[in-house]
Amino acid sequence: MKLMAQMAMVMNLDKCIGCHTCSVTCKQTWTNRAGMEYVWFNNVETRPGQGYPRTYEDQHRWKGGWTRKTNGRLALRSGGRLKNLATIFANPTMPGIDDYYEPWTYDYQTLTNAPLQEHTPVARPKSLISGRDMAIQWSANWDDNLAGGPELAEDDPVLRKVSDKVKLEFEQSFMFYLPRICEHCLNPSCAAACPAGAIYKRSEDGIVLVDQDRCRGWRKCVTACPYKKIYFNHRTGKAEKCTFCYPRIEVGQPTVCAETCVGRLRYLGLVFYDVDAVLPAASVENDHDLLEAQRALILDPSDPEVVRAAEKEGIPRDWIEAAQRSPIYSLINEYRLALPLHPEYRTMPMVWYIPPLSPVVDAVSETGQDAEDRDNLFAAIESLRIPIEYLAELFTAGDTGPVTDSLRRLAAMRSYMRDINLGRDTDEKIPRAVGMDGESVYEMYRLLALAKYEDRYVIPPAHTEQAHSLEAFATGCALDTEGGPGMGGPGAGGPDKGGPSTGGEVWLPMPGIRRSGEGT
Amino acid sequence: MSTALETVSWVITPYVAMAVFLVGHYWRYRYDKFGWTTLSTQIYESRLLRWGSPLFHFGILAVIVGHVVGLLIPKEWTAAVGITDDAYHLMAVGLGAVAGIAVVVGLILLIMRRRLVGPVFRATSRMDKLMYVGLGLVVVTGMANTIVGNVIGHYDYREGVSIWFRGLFFMNPRPDLMAAAPLTFQAHTLASLALFALWPFTRLVHVFSVPIAYLWRPYVLYRSRDTRMGERRGRRGWENVEDGSRLP
Repeated sequence: MKLMAQMAMVMNLDKCIGCHTCSVTCKQTWTNRAGMEYVWFNNVETRPGQGYPRTYEDQHRWKGGWTRKTNGRLALRSGGRLKNLATIFANPTMPGIDDYYEPWTYDYQTLTNAPLQEHTPVARPKSLISGRDMAIQWSANWDDNLAGGPELAEDDPVLRKVSDKVKLEFEQSFMFYLPRICEHCLNPSCAAACPAGAIYKRSEDGIVLVDQDRCRGWRKCVTACPYKKIYFNHRTGKAEKCTFCYPRIEVGQPTVCAETCVGRLRYLGLVFYDVDAVLPAASVENDHDLLEAQRALILDPSDPEVVRAAEKEGIPRDWIEAAQRSPIYSLINEYRLALPLHPEYRTMPMVWYIPPLSPVVDAVSETGQDAEDRDNLFAAIESLRIPIEYLAELFTAGDTGPVTDSLRRLAAMRSYMRDINLGRDTDEKIPRAVGMDGESVYEMYRLLALAKYEDRYVIPPAHTEQAHSLEAFATGCALDTEGGPGMGGPGAGGPDKGGPSTGGEVWLPMPGIRRSGEGT
Repeated sequence: MSTALETVSWVITPYVAMAVFLVGHYWRYRYDKFGWTTLSTQIYESRLLRWGSPLFHFGILAVIVGHVVGLLIPKEWTAAVGITDDAYHLMAVGLGAVAGIAVVVGLILLIMRRRLVGPVFRATSRMDKLMYVGLGLVVVTGMANTIVGNVIGHYDYREGVSIWFRGLFFMNPRPDLMAAAPLTFQAHTLASLALFALWPFTRLVHVFSVPIAYLWRPYVLYRSRDTRMGERRGRRGWENVEDGSRLP
């Protein structure tokens, strides 16, 4: 077993109000540059809907992710090594700018320097791609809140999988929001497809990054990522992607999308996994077994054996403790609420989702029934075929079982907590019906509804003292030189520069200093 | 005895071009890794690119192989392994023509695409345009060589240009051989030298990033944050002045 740590995220979809604050703050922070106008490291999709870029989930067309060959091995759907190199001069399945949208600005100058005229001057939209006047016909959120109606939503590849009778049943519509960032997969197909080897997974925290100095713009990653979360910067000619805000994570701060989330629906924390088990888990034969395989990858950080393995890999004590306090493990494996997005892509994505109960609750309330009553909710979960199957296509490769389980637990929590809130005696049959006890339902409720900042984001700062000793000359105190006034104390520069030679106490750089220097 | 013009054209110019080529690439790699890219415009336009780009690139790869064989392998060697002059000639012209036509058709498609597709033209830098002129000249004069050397007249470059070319690397330049070559061969050589001198400053640098290692490297790469920070040398100009330890 080779244990590794991974920063992971869980999003509670019931809490997403579709305000796009995460998208906007992310854009302001990372992608407000030329060549990146169309790039949304974080976007919020209305489902059912086509997503961004349009219909990206249709892998027959876009060829993202892995497929399992008959011999049990995984192959990139976009093609193996030889095919990747053979098609390097023109990528046969790369989305064009029209599959995203043509970014634009407005001719604002006209507003101020137009001559006096009868009609108010108008700032016309100008394409940022061609520089010409353009008609705005699509954007990253054109079908926001089901805008465009059934005509647009019908092209949703997930909806198409669910039913051919969708047209008829669309009147009983359901809707929820799906915020998406890079999945920072354990088995990233983008990295596997990169001919230049520029995409790598950080061994400390599993964040997947593109080395901008090594990327040569071969564009294979854009196709290989099934979530289409690698974008081509058309100005610099390099691939760029969500960085999980690693400069913030390194100092113990949450990502910008999580920090600014109005609904407080995001959870961040460390999980441990066995890197040797990733490929076998991603290669299980049946798509429906992928979820369980992926859950099993996430190790229990309180298990003494796991702790020993972590210590063996040199994972610092505070990181192990952070993994134990992290909300991620419990949401995935204890409460078994969180599910991965499209496990059938076999990339082992590390952004998990708690499926929304709200379509079910809405459906029950519309009938005039009590939407907090356990029996009503449980019955609705069983009978609302389309929403449940839709969620299953998103999160469990079409297996409705785990989605139903997750929703039933949310429903149980809802009705159990109502009794508490109304000062009534609790009904222990409710938690038992979903295989839990009253106490754990209450704990789950605390985590989902009340968790404070420190409970939602358990991010141990990176161990900069190691980097510090390696790069002592760049970060050491100028006064610590021989004969300098700083010589008295243990030098931070390591043994060769008057630092501690016994491997004892090491002085940490003050994280507060870095934090204050970093605008958020 | 060669004239001054011959010396400048066939001795000094090639060495200067070679020096610019080598030093230029070192400089570019050292200081502009971020700019080292294919600068693909596929996101703007795919239909023309799908034909033009593979035609040109596979064609030019074959042309490069042809040039390596033709320029570097002495005639006596191929003769020694039993390849007659006629057989070699037939092979070179046959394969060369196919590759050459692919390159020409591909290049025409790509230049048309550059000029006619608005976003692509907008993303074309002055250096790109200069590079296209250089590349176009080299291809046109190269095709002219095939016609002049084989169809109209007969010139065996393996007894002229090739010997001059190899001589450059043995510090034994033979400008007289180039001076005796047909005009199109001289033009092709000069155009190529200009392109080589231009090379490190254009997007052509991506040629040296052919990702052959992709065939055997592991699919998923892991990199440690810490060791990398330790390994990475600070950029020039960012040395810790007080400390002084970064100074050479």
